[in-house]
Amino acid sequence: MSRILFKKEGRAKFISHLDLMRTMQRAFIRAKVPIKHTEGFNPHPYMVFALPLPVGTESVCELMDFKLAEDLPLDTVPALLNRALPEGIEVTEAYEETYKFKDIKWLDIEADLFYDSKDTDEGGLLRLLTGDKLVMEKKTKRSTATVDVRPLIAACDVKRADEGVLTLRVRLAVGDPALSPAQLISAIGQNAPFFAPDFARFRRLELYDKDFHVFR
Amino acid sequence: MRDELERILNRVQKPARYTGGEYNETVKDKSDVDLRVAFCFPDTYEIGMSNLGLQILYGAINEEPKMWCERCFAPWGDMEEELRRANIPLYALESGDPIGEFDAIAFSLGYEMAYTSVLNMLDLAGLPVRSADRAGLTPLVFAGGTSCINPEPMADFVDLFVLGEGEELDLEVLRLLRYAKSENWDKRRFLRAAADIKGVYVPSLYEPEYNEDGTLRRVECLDGAPERVTKRIIEDMDSAYFPTKAIVPSTEIVHDRVVLELFRGCVRGCRFCQAGFAYRPVRRHGTGYLLDKAKRALESSGYEEITLSSLSTSDFKGLPELTDGLLEWCEPRKISLSLPSLRADNFSMGLMERVQKVRKSGLTFAPEAGSQRLRDVINKNVTEEALLNSCRIAFEGGWNTLKLYFMLGLPTETDEDVVSIARLAEKVLHTWREHAVNKARGVKITVSTSMFVPKPHTPFQWEAQVGVEEYLRRVHLLKDSINSRSIVYNWHEPHVSLIEAALSRGDRRMGAVIEEVWRQGGRLDSWTDYFGFSRWIAAFDACGLRADFYANRVRGDDEIFPWDVISVGVTKSYLARERAAAYRGEITPDCRVKCMGCGASCLLERRKCDE
Repeated sequence: MSRILFKKEGRAKFISHLDLMRTMQRAFIRAKVPIKHTEGFNPHPYMVFALPLPVGTESVCELMDFKLAEDLPLDTVPALLNRALPEGIEVTEAYEETYKFKDIKWLDIEADLFYDSKDTDEGGLLRLLTGDKLVMEKKTKRSTATVDVRPLIAACDVKRADEGVLTLRVRLAVGDPALSPAQLISAIGQNAPFFAPDFARFRRLELYDKDFHVFR
Repeated sequence: MRDELERILNRVQKPARYTGGEYNETVKDKSDVDLRVAFCFPDTYEIGMSNLGLQILYGAINEEPKMWCERCFAPWGDMEEELRRANIPLYALESGDPIGEFDAIAFSLGYEMAYTSVLNMLDLAGLPVRSADRAGLTPLVFAGGTSCINPEPMADFVDLFVLGEGEELDLEVLRLLRYAKSENWDKRRFLRAAADIKGVYVPSLYEPEYNEDGTLRRVECLDGAPERVTKRIIEDMDSAYFPTKAIVPSTEIVHDRVVLELFRGCVRGCRFCQAGFAYRPVRRHGTGYLLDKAKRALESSGYEEITLSSLSTSDFKGLPELTDGLLEWCEPRKISLSLPSLRADNFSMGLMERVQKVRKSGLTFAPEAGSQRLRDVINKNVTEEALLNSCRIAFEGGWNTLKLYFMLGLPTETDEDVVSIARLAEKVLHTWREHAVNKARGVKITVSTSMFVPKPHTPFQWEAQVGVEEYLRRVHLLKDSINSRSIVYNWHEPHVSLIEAALSRGDRRMGAVIEEVWRQGGRLDSWTDYFGFSRWIAAFDACGLRADFYANRVRGDDEIFPWDVISVGVTKSYLARERAAAYRGEITPDCRVKCMGCGASCLLERRKCDE
């Protein structure tokens, strides 16, 4: 199986996951990088994404697996694809995979938190997120549960980027259980309404395995 | 991207339609551009980006040095609300710049129900909706598209109309605008000069007068403007701009595939069909040319589907060679080919097999009327035998879903004609029983009816539309005549068709109605989520007009029509002859059998029709 590492930034961050699959499929055809199709009644190109990216979130660490249908040197693939991709999506590496996506356990994200009518101090938010507990009402598909999500935060740093803007860098658990960036914001709001931002902008920075080694 | 806009995009549905940045979009260096054009489509991104005309004209204008054409679509309600609340003016997708600051705003008007969205988009751009209230030369607001062949309902809002095909005409207008801008002309001077370009209609140079009964008395041409404006055509199709590097949307649109236009015009002359008369004369692309362009368009887009586009695809000479050539290329690449607009009469086994090779899609036939008598009246020259024969071939080929389209309210229609639709559907069902290869899978035959809308520049332009009540009576008559559970009947809501009928044959006074509907919240009227019938009726009342005057009135033989100022080539006297033939139940042979002298050939200078 082959794997690409790619970025999704700028305007392209509003492309939904479903649309991204279609966009990638077409880009491979345009780039003349043929990929294998699934068997079966309705064959479609075989593509697997590591972690679906929510609409509106940027990322510099997206991974996608595929199988080449022709013998093509993998190191030529990024350049071929980049000529065929829309603005904002850029392939940075292509290689044969060794590790399975299920081994991804942690994700670094950067969040810009905007406070429209007040300034905030970074210390308070940092204390909240690095305390002993962070209990929240977490909604699942079926029910709502009260859980301590503090163990799902492995590292955290907060900086004051501008007046009314805090930049949060945080390492969140993925898989099961997971804490999504949106849930993190919700946890902040539930525990300290003062720190609930008026708007939050997210960016994925890096993926890790259980031992905090960068996942590729 | 502005922070404010970014926040909005995080809240609205399907934000990718408001961002631009798709593959193959054209971005130019602003400092190297002296004319900026916003190509506006008064409907959603998903509809507009499916429009071949947009892709053609966008590409053609952007080939011109120093001109930059960008796109703009009507925002859905949630986005509009957010833009208004945040005071963000309507912007073009490529640059994100407000279209109100552009030199030209070009609207594509394909259907009447989009008219209110034009006003809404102008307003969202921060511009006055009425042409007379926009004093400056720029932004020039112009419009083209099929429904502009009666430009009068939109005459108050649009500075000039471009009639017919725009590949050359739009550029002539834009080049003149560029010159006018450099010479500091005022708007009036520019419009007068533009009126001398063949195919340009400047409504402010024409003044209608009305009779006491509300009909048109005469139209005065001001300042020496031409008495008639004749639509423009591309004479040599293979030398015109052809979009092989179309924009590939990053989000799903309605027609998400390569569209290969085979020919323009139609040899058939179905009397209800506006496109069949408005797009004459017939002009085609060469088969080799099409094969080459198809491959290039597929390669540059990465699409896995291609569709052949024309008014009647099975009338394309050389269709077998074209489909063979396409399939030879498409099959190994897993690209599917679809063929819409097949006529039920010459649907052949061979053609079906070719399409079936890659993927079997649904089949649709449009007999339009249930009885042979009425099909003769409308000149839909398909016989019951031919239709059933096509159905037999389809059922033998394994198809088991079939859609049949009809219109209710066609001129001279009787209850017997209505019931004939049910009888015809039953015969189709019977054909399935006799010829289906796999009966265990069952069959689904869908019958759909819509309310006939008489359109300008057709033989039925004099006709009354049936009333809503009468249409619904016929709907129920048909519904009660269908006795099989394998036949499903759907009918279109008639109120939209009534308003469409009023707008399509409206005069300039209709502008007040459109503006009133918009002021009362009307927009995106082709969407059931937005269409408000009572809002339209209230607007007619408020303007002292009646929808039935425009929709439900039989016009006198000598009545002057608001669209008489426009010539599409086909003459009014020919249309009158066709109407008389309809009443006699006489069919007119297609152009290839015999030229009936419709008048469209006068638009050709260097070649003959259908060459």
